[in-house]
Amino acid sequence: MQAELISSVLWIGLRSGTPLLLATVGEIYAERSGILNLGIEGMMIIGAFTAFAVGQATSSPWLAMAAAAAAGLAASLIHAFISIHLRGNQVVSGLALTMFGLGLTSVAGGTFVGAALPREARIIPSPLSEELAAIPVIGKALFDQDPFLYLSILISVLLWFVLYKTKLGIVIRSVGENPAAADALGVNVYAVRYACTALGGALAGMAGSYITLSLRPGWVENITAGRGWIAVALTIFALWDPLKAIAGSYLFGIVEAGTYNLQPLGFSQWLLNAIPYVLTVVILVAGATETMRKKMGAPAALGVPYVRGEK
Amino acid sequence: MSVGREESASVGGHPGEAGLAGPPLVRMEGIVKRFPGVLANDHVDFELVPGEVHALLGENGAGKTTLMNILFGIYTPDEGRIYVRGEEVWIGSPRDAIRLGIGMVHQHFLLVDRHTVAENVALGFAESQLSPLREVRRRISEFSERYGLKVDPDAYVWQLSAGEQQRVEIIKALYAGADILILDEPTSVLTPQETRELFEVLRRMRDEGKGVIFITHKLEEVMAVADRVTVLRRGKVIGTVPASETDERSLARMMVGREVLFRLEKGEVQVGPPALEVRDLWVVGDRGLDAVRGVTMTVRRGEIYGIAGVAGNGQRELIEAIAGLRKVKSGSIHISGVDVTNKSPKVIHGMGVAHVPEERLRHGIVPNLSVAENLVLKDYDREPFSRGVLLNYEAIERNAEDLVERFEIVTPSIRTPAKLLSGGNIQRLICAREFSREPKVILAAHPTYGLDVGATESIRRLLLEERSRGAAVLLVSEDLEEVLNLSDRVGVMYGGEIVGEFRPGEVDMEEVGLMMAGVRRGGSQAAG
Ligand SMILES: Nc1ncnc2c1ncn2[C@@H]1O[C@H](COP(=O)(O)OP(=O)(O)O)[C@@H](O)[C@H]1O
Ligand SMILES: [Mg+2]
Repeated sequence: MQAELISSVLWIGLRSGTPLLLATVGEIYAERSGILNLGIEGMMIIGAFTAFAVGQATSSPWLAMAAAAAAGLAASLIHAFISIHLRGNQVVSGLALTMFGLGLTSVAGGTFVGAALPREARIIPSPLSEELAAIPVIGKALFDQDPFLYLSILISVLLWFVLYKTKLGIVIRSVGENPAAADALGVNVYAVRYACTALGGALAGMAGSYITLSLRPGWVENITAGRGWIAVALTIFALWDPLKAIAGSYLFGIVEAGTYNLQPLGFSQWLLNAIPYVLTVVILVAGATETMRKKMGAPAALGVPYVRGEK
Repeated sequence: MSVGREESASVGGHPGEAGLAGPPLVRMEGIVKRFPGVLANDHVDFELVPGEVHALLGENGAGKTTLMNILFGIYTPDEGRIYVRGEEVWIGSPRDAIRLGIGMVHQHFLLVDRHTVAENVALGFAESQLSPLREVRRRISEFSERYGLKVDPDAYVWQLSAGEQQRVEIIKALYAGADILILDEPTSVLTPQETRELFEVLRRMRDEGKGVIFITHKLEEVMAVADRVTVLRRGKVIGTVPASETDERSLARMMVGREVLFRLEKGEVQVGPPALEVRDLWVVGDRGLDAVRGVTMTVRRGEIYGIAGVAGNGQRELIEAIAGLRKVKSGSIHISGVDVTNKSPKVIHGMGVAHVPEERLRHGIVPNLSVAENLVLKDYDREPFSRGVLLNYEAIERNAEDLVERFEIVTPSIRTPAKLLSGGNIQRLICAREFSREPKVILAAHPTYGLDVGATESIRRLLLEERSRGAAVLLVSEDLEEVLNLSDRVGVMYGGEIVGEFRPGEVDMEEVGLMMAGVRRGGSQAAG
């Protein structure tokens, strides 16, 4: 009984962690290049709605996911343009993007509220192998998941490798630390920042699509429920490292799933539901001071527009 | 000698033995660059041939960095042409410059502190996309070997001294295949020993046929390493001359535009009552150790008291304690007889203490505020600059116009952000703000550090004027000559103590050197 409960918490936890992971890894790339994008929540919900709509129309989950990625990417380009070309305030621009996403999907999704996604449009878990999935406690969580979840781990590991083991990774990290140094060696700072912000947008869109295609297949308003903000906090929590983001995202997912399952044991539902958000606030506050950010290794040029030759 | 001789020198000979075959490496013709309110380069012609070290000499703000930033593609010129190896080129970005074999070591290094040396180099030029660091490490060792540029490829940049960081910058340029190397005031961060080593590296590159452009405002360095020198003043080329056919004095005249007084006349001043009295002062430094250990001194009105010594022997802590910026552990500080020990900076400033801090950009001004605003940083909250909670900009700007004129601050306008001024003008701005209130005591920390000869002279002149007015000046400087020239009395600081006190002329330089090194105590007790 106990083992079964834990097994199910872990299983749901990994599923809940998946959108967090994708969004976090995307934000890590944007921030590593120096662009702070607080619009994750907005890009995520745009992705979620796009996936729902395309899924309904085509019944193809993979097409829906691709469309969500494209929509997230498109949304992120607004932020990129304001931050990189117009040198606007990145905090304001990001917040605006979040409000834009929430507002847009609220209007566009008005008639769909409460609608479920047809079964063939969903991404459904299926065991990699029956024997492995039967391992007590961890078997179901590790080996009975959907392909999207495995794909997200693969993407994260790949992006970790690129960031730390390749020349491209050195270029991205340098642009976020000291864009003038990169520029003086012939690196196109703007291109790198655009690309990383766009990648972040695409991944946030995909993260959103996982919610409507698998986690909560259907549409309700505000379906992302603050997951974008958790991803912002996880970016700091993971110290801008995609591998640590895997651990952090699943930890948050498991906490969320755990609180769900603790309800029957008599804990207050409201307090339990608040836990991930309280953690988020704590991390964001801890990461808000300049000295703390520095100690944790925030990219030195994060949020600072770059202009060549400016005194 | 007339200026005419130098003007005619602008035709400029080529260096003696340099290879003259083929076109010059670089030719810049009629380069013009304007910034808001400033003509930074005014029809500048410049030429570099293979196998020469070509010094670009000029005061702060003369336009040296701007000209070289144009050659490196950081700025694009408003007018003019650039030829590299005889062909006209358009350099729109550093990437274009690198392709043309141009490398630049900027005055403020462009390194990623949190990355290793190898990662910094690989940023521009890795042969392979995957795990590029192995190859980069090997090449770094190769360059280290060939030019005597010692660096550990796996060290983090933040761990390196300024000299080592500079070597990384040079290696980056060489790695890119540069045979035209620009160094912007490379010696300003180096110890004398490191400077000699750098000159050795530059000579080695010259002997390989590379062209080296060496920006500086220090005359002795031009004479030490350059083959030719081009002098810039206020954005214009004054002339190009072979270093062997000139000397420091005529270079100084070309650079400043008038005869430079290397030694200022110091008039007799009637010494008044004590204005600053420090008794058995102990102050704790940043590392928790006692940085000032029982200093006692008196500075009278109309007197300059100079503190000589190698930086880091408690001078900074002493000044900060007097200014109220650092806690006093024990002992006392009196201003005009009033005890101000551990009072706030504001109270002490109100007592008539002016402070010209070291690191003027960080502690002397607010870089993004305008010149006018910076001039009232310490008075903005009183009449006539504010009324109630509102600032009176009319009064603030009138004040600024007055001070800009009186203290000869060169600025496009009083609304220009202070950070855009040259070092000398920033220092004059600080002096204007501090001295215009006719302070009783002036604390001047390294007031001419990093300034060119012209600006140095004007700041020293200001200090002497304040002395004549009757201020008590406490001058801290690492420049021994400056201390000996300006001061009425000198204290040598070593290990947090005043190890000797004397009047200039009473003790010879060698003895002062020994005191500064902590080998000897002494000097006549001139206090009193
Ligand atoms: N990016 C910039 N914006 C505005 N003014 C500038 C800028 N760069 C340089 N200047 C101004 O141009 C003049 C020349 O500066 P610079 O080339 O840095 O002189 P130098 O290197 O000889 O000290 C100065 O008056 C300086 O304030
Ligand atoms: Mg300069």
